[in-house]
Amino acid sequence: MDMKRDYYEDVQLFSSKVVIFWFAILIAVLYLFPLFVDNYYVYVANYIAINIIVVTGLNLLVGYTGQISLGHAGFFAIGAYGTVTLMAKASFPFLLALPCSALIAAGFGFLLGLPALRLEGPYLAIATLGFGLTITQIIGRMDIFGGREGLHAPDITIGSFVINTDKEFYFLLITLTIILLFFMRNLIKTRVGRAFIAIRDADIAAQTMGVNILYYKALAFAISAFYAGIAGGLYAFVLKFIEPEIFTLMMSIMFLAMVVVGGLGSMMGAIAGAILLCWLDLKLRNILDVPYIGDWLEHLSKSWFSITGVSNIQFIVFGSIMILIMLFEPLGLYGVWIRTKKYWRTWPF
Amino acid sequence: MIDFIQMIVSGIAVGSSYALMGLAMVIIYKTSQVPNFAQGEMALISSFFAMMLLTTFNTPILLAFFLAFVFAILLGCFLEFAILRRAKDPNILGMIVITIGIEMVILGLVSWKFGADQKIMPFPIGPYDSFIIGNIFITKLEVLTLVTALLLMIILFLFFKYSKLGLAVKATQQNSVAAQIVGIRTNRILMMTWGISSLVGAVAGLLISPTIMHPYMMWDPMLKGFAAAVMGGMTSLPGAVIAAYMLGIIEHLFGGYISIEFKSVVAFVIIVLVLCIKPSGLFSRHYIKKV
Repeated sequence: MDMKRDYYEDVQLFSSKVVIFWFAILIAVLYLFPLFVDNYYVYVANYIAINIIVVTGLNLLVGYTGQISLGHAGFFAIGAYGTVTLMAKASFPFLLALPCSALIAAGFGFLLGLPALRLEGPYLAIATLGFGLTITQIIGRMDIFGGREGLHAPDITIGSFVINTDKEFYFLLITLTIILLFFMRNLIKTRVGRAFIAIRDADIAAQTMGVNILYYKALAFAISAFYAGIAGGLYAFVLKFIEPEIFTLMMSIMFLAMVVVGGLGSMMGAIAGAILLCWLDLKLRNILDVPYIGDWLEHLSKSWFSITGVSNIQFIVFGSIMILIMLFEPLGLYGVWIRTKKYWRTWPF
Repeated sequence: MIDFIQMIVSGIAVGSSYALMGLAMVIIYKTSQVPNFAQGEMALISSFFAMMLLTTFNTPILLAFFLAFVFAILLGCFLEFAILRRAKDPNILGMIVITIGIEMVILGLVSWKFGADQKIMPFPIGPYDSFIIGNIFITKLEVLTLVTALLLMIILFLFFKYSKLGLAVKATQQNSVAAQIVGIRTNRILMMTWGISSLVGAVAGLLISPTIMHPYMMWDPMLKGFAAAVMGGMTSLPGAVIAAYMLGIIEHLFGGYISIEFKSVVAFVIIVLVLCIKPSGLFSRHYIKKV
């Protein structure tokens, strides 16, 4: 929509001073808000931030490179188990264990990306899905990872600080999130990012232009897996306890849903999608407490469904959102935003 | 040796339900290029519908099954007509997301209505009634599954080969514009393939339901069926069936000789390996994408 007049305008991070101003305010709010709210909301913010990291990585793969992954829970699990195991068994410091396990995840991503060169559509979907299921099964059966019982996350120590409350962890997490988001935004604007987009739009044309498809597809998988690994490593410390049953196929599906609902190929969209679906996920668990809607649902449930209450209503809501978004606004929340913006900018025409 | 034969037999029996799910997937994918992730849940809701008829309304069992099959066909047609056809920009990712959405909605509805615990399907054959031939155990249910699957495959084969409707489906699959030109209503054909595939899935669901009956019961057969369909090439009906039996047998042999723990994931490892070597599956011609 906004016309770019030269290359530097295209690659710059902020388009105007106004944007920098608002961005600074956003950062300030993000850092200050835990001082004023309950612990629960900080926990929610942590949960959302972790999902934002995964979804940003997945968006690079799905939205920018045009590949499908239904196995991101696998990378997430590698990150979580890797970090906790390295810290507990090999006594790595947290700030070393996290990138190490994320790099392991990235290595797996690279390996999975190699066959992706020749796979597309349902073939790629089932290959990644199989990977995700296999990884969690293997992790769940190995004694070093605690098997079925799971693992407890140790305390994080950075220098002389010990991080053991949600609020303290929040500051670490939000810093990492902002760094990772900046990195991703920069990456997309570079040569590598443009190569990804070229592969998405027309892979054969990209190949004729000299883009090494094998390398870039595998790289997209690796970076995406790296993000999932980092997020997984952090997630272990939000939950304080990890077990193989957390990293299910449903989790991979949820990540994909967040990307799609937010809007493919837009970072703001991915963030919005993650925030919306995470918030809904937490809200819908106790929907019956919401005034009016809760009463109505309870009545509906008692007269047509079961008397035990609405247990899995979040599946219905998420599924409907996914279907409706795909039917009416394939660009997701980002598409809605663009349309609103255009409407107001060109108003009254 | 007895062990080996026993494993093969059990593998074939399990492979039959994978084969049915794989067939259902392929039927849809061939006509509409939609990898239908909702296949398992469509079968799930049909089986639960049958269970509801049997337990709440005390319907005779054959009538209940018949109604469940009708329900399955209508459900398939409805989903195609109401949702898939309305997709604005049908690319493969969009279709995957839509079918996953359908899957989640149905899963949510079923677990809301019936609860997430294990149910008992009042099936005339119990899950543990078995024949013993020599030293080989085979449950009656497995025999029934095998026979039904084979019968259904033969019926489908005859349907696609000789009936006018089946030929119209084939024509739509090969070239939908040309099919439209010769007067085939491709929209209706699409709807019908969804109905057929939903019916095939429902048969699989009903045959699985005596052993396990809870809202997640179709995930494993669906994923394995999907894996088989992909391994068979996603566009070949016999390919999907052969791959499904292969997966079933390999799974049981792996479970018997190597490791029972990793039995359920070995199928996916095989899939990834097969796809590395032959990216478009075992039994399909390699497609060449045009720019």
